[in-house]
Amino acid sequence: MFKVFMAFVRKEFYHILRDKRTLLILFGMPLAQVLIFGYAVTNEFKDARIDVLDYAKDETSEQYINHLQSSGNFIVRKVLASQKDMEAGMKSGKTKLVVSIPENFSEDFYSGSPTQIQVITDGSDPNNANTLVQYLTEMTRSFQRTKRNESPNPYSIHVASRMLYNPQLASAYNFVPGTIALILLIICAMLTSLTIAKEKEIGTMEILLVSPLSPLLIILGKVAPYALLSFGNAVIVILIGFFVFDVPVLGSTVLLLGMCFLYVFTALSLGIFISTTVKTQQEAMMKSLMGLMMPSMLLSGFIFPLASMPTVLEYIGKLIPATYFIRILKGVMLRGVGLNFILFEVGVLLMMTLGFLLLSWRNFKIRLE
Amino acid sequence: MKAISIQNISKSYKDTKALDCVSLEVGRGQLFGLIGPDGAGKSTLFRILTTLLLADEGEAFVDGLHIEKDYREIRKRVGYMPGRFSLYQDLSVEENLSFFATIFGTTIDENYDLIKDIYVQIEPFKKRLAGKLSGGMKQKLALSCALIHKPSVLFLDEPTTGVDAVSRKEFWDMLKSLKEKNIAILVSTPYMDEATLCDKIALIQEGKILKIDEPEAMMAQFERPLFAVKTNSTYQLLNHLRLQSFTHSVLPFGECLHLVTTETLSPESIQEQLRLQGFIDVVVSKIRAGIEDVFLDLSHKAGNHA
Repeated sequence: MFKVFMAFVRKEFYHILRDKRTLLILFGMPLAQVLIFGYAVTNEFKDARIDVLDYAKDETSEQYINHLQSSGNFIVRKVLASQKDMEAGMKSGKTKLVVSIPENFSEDFYSGSPTQIQVITDGSDPNNANTLVQYLTEMTRSFQRTKRNESPNPYSIHVASRMLYNPQLASAYNFVPGTIALILLIICAMLTSLTIAKEKEIGTMEILLVSPLSPLLIILGKVAPYALLSFGNAVIVILIGFFVFDVPVLGSTVLLLGMCFLYVFTALSLGIFISTTVKTQQEAMMKSLMGLMMPSMLLSGFIFPLASMPTVLEYIGKLIPATYFIRILKGVMLRGVGLNFILFEVGVLLMMTLGFLLLSWRNFKIRLE
Repeated sequence: MKAISIQNISKSYKDTKALDCVSLEVGRGQLFGLIGPDGAGKSTLFRILTTLLLADEGEAFVDGLHIEKDYREIRKRVGYMPGRFSLYQDLSVEENLSFFATIFGTTIDENYDLIKDIYVQIEPFKKRLAGKLSGGMKQKLALSCALIHKPSVLFLDEPTTGVDAVSRKEFWDMLKSLKEKNIAILVSTPYMDEATLCDKIALIQEGKILKIDEPEAMMAQFERPLFAVKTNSTYQLLNHLRLQSFTHSVLPFGECLHLVTTETLSPESIQEQLRLQGFIDVVVSKIRAGIEDVFLDLSHKAGNHA
């Protein structure tokens, strides 16, 4: 029995190694995804160009503008002459934000009467605009603190915030777990459903059925190589995250790998389930791309936070295995929690795996119809 | 105990009846041909016998085993070569063969003598990928793979379709040598000329068996006079002959027409008559009926009854 299984696995490795397309998905995609998410898709920014409309033109306003630039986040592109020029920079896309400083800025600031600074941003890119405003507010506060350091206002409330687990708000902390979840899903679910559909399509399934092989052995033999390869992929992504993007692994490594393995199983069972419902590779591709990739990317909390979604989407998000796996990964990698904190998520993944396997078992056809 | 025994098997796909009350028997060491055009139901019958499909009605036994209840045991014993080339194109000749040997719990060496005659012809290319083989060689490899576990019954679904004439002949020679090893072979083909190479044949059309007999006997039983009529204006002659009172049926056969007459006539008299009617170059000769003549005659009758 073991010999037959090994022969099957060897055959499967031949298929994988001789097909450039599979190889590319298997090894090119994880690398490309990590690097793209790592270097291109980030919410951090540097050197944002801003315009300044300075009505005050005094020493304090000058200091304030310099203070804004001191962080390296903002560069003043242009000092505007009048209110009419405010939109021009934004329309041409050269500037993202305009700061308008009122006439009696210095007086009001030192006399303690309320001072207002107007900030205008380009709302066509809301995420970016929000982040810019946040940074600017933070810079304004720190300017206020340094200026009033000598005479602290006894009534002001000082908010001291600290981002736990990700002090620099590095987006790598978010995308590394997300990428692992996505890659494992693509490789396990998509490739296994494709490879089983391929046997049906080219007619070899017919021959495999008319042989002493049991359905279980056929499926195990087909998925084992993919399980192994995708597990290896998960390790590579974690290593890249650790060495290139400084994403820590605070929790137990054994637990982390164990969790990756559990998720590989969930994704595989999902892939097998998909393959039992399709006849051709194209169908398998469509089902796994539309049914798995898209929701896992958009609704798992990887890109958009689950809590801020409409209730319907939130519930759909809760049906996606990646949602739970990302939570587990963040827990173990970033917060360093042990198994007792992620029991619920682990339980859900186990139940899902079992469910998909049962469904596939019921769906697997020992005949052609 | 017969190698294959089929009793009143019927099978429908939605509205179309693929098989209609089919019964036949194949003995051990017999080369049995299932002859019929595309869509006659040959592949459906193969899939039912190889336990890939369930019949709607009727029963069948392969090697004495019931096709539904004992499907697991049947799957271990039979060799099946589907109509479409179904091996791994990205695996080499040798890798394909050794894979199929292994999943049947055997090795190439163990049953080498069985496939030797066939395999030696493709052995020089054993490192070549199966997808890069010619049509004839693909079929030889597929046959080797279907034989490697020493099956007691061999199912070959249109093994020579799309294969060149030389390879087809070689293939049939191999089948002849196989039946000497006491393997029952059920083979289907749309080529009528291959029918005479079988021990026994069944003519099948639209899911119905028209006739089962030895090919020689079947041809000998063709009662009516048969003539081959050759001319350059085939189409006009075909239309002309259809109108003649002595014509039972006339059909184009390659370059000439095959004419079946209702009464006994001499070829000379027909030739004379046709020449007088303007077909100057016509040549008529009496011929023995081939399987195709028998098939067309039978399907003609079946059509008339319906």
